Amino acid sequence: MSAPASHVSEAMRNAVGRTVSRRVSFPVAASDIRKWAIAVYFPHRPPARYWDEEAHGGRLIAPQEFNPFAWMTAEPKGFPVIDRLDADILEKTLGIEGPGLTRQLNGGLDVQYLYDFGTGDVITAVRVLDGYREREGRLGRMLFTTVRETWTDQDGRTLQIRLQTGIRY
Amino acid sequence: MIADIDLHNLTVGMELPARAWTAGFEVWNRFAAVNDEFVPIHMDDDAGRAAGYDGAFGMGYLQWSWVHDVLRDFVGDRGRIDRVQGSFRAPSLKGAEVTAGGQVRGVSTVDGRLVVDVVLWTRTGDGVELLPGTATVSFPVD
Repeated sequence: MSAPASHVSEAMRNAVGRTVSRRVSFPVAASDIRKWAIAVYFPHRPPARYWDEEAHGGRLIAPQEFNPFAWMTAEPKGFPVIDRLDADILEKTLGIEGPGLTRQLNGGLDVQYLYDFGTGDVITAVRVLDGYREREGRLGRMLFTTVRETWTDQDGRTLQIRLQTGIRY
Repeated sequence: MIADIDLHNLTVGMELPARAWTAGFEVWNRFAAVNDEFVPIHMDDDAGRAAGYDGAFGMGYLQWSWVHDVLRDFVGDRGRIDRVQGSFRAPSLKGAEVTAGGQVRGVSTVDGRLVVDVVLWTRTGDGVELLPGTATVSFPVD
């Protein structure tokens, strides 16, 4: 059986620009920042500004790449129900049929850091489907999907603009 | 760490202080715990082999953190990280010595800030590039 001419259906093309998800974090906790910093520096020691409030004006600022949405979010509430191993999860979330590819990789990230955030901040991430492109690779026709996620704080200030590219084949 | 970096002597080609890690469950498990990333390919050699590798392998996002560690060393308390871009080209396999580093490729002054463009990487000891990327950092001009 030959490979399809394109993995991108008309429904997928029409979905470009739509909002995929909106997540709201719990208030960022000092303990989460400390644990993140310890994990991403281990076995090295993280700078004091990530574990000692007195080193940074009484409040911990999160490392730039800190994930405030790990384990559970305030919105959607409760335990996540999505299957992160499902390669079609993005399209299913949008209510359309995905390409049915079985393997997926994280291709890369491009993040603009506009403002820092730290303990007590509540972060909202809105993810939009930015686009699809395809390329022939060693493993056949590969589908590159880019999503744009904008992070804002409780005051509506834009903190980060994140472009993430996923690869499916 | 070069928190006392001499901004007047920043030149193209200057290397950022590198950091090194040994890939394996010691670092992967800690990262899985903080990032909720307990995924079979990062925990189980059989799952890693089923995905086409020699065994379990590390998370791309952990390498993403490692290049940020290098950038934080570089900018210290005075500078800020404005943008980071990276491609996850290859995973880190168990036992690999992974070095994260960078090199200055441009220095300019924009809107009263010293802007430094950097090439970034994580590489294994035998030279395999895992995460090539770029970054822009900036410092206030005294």
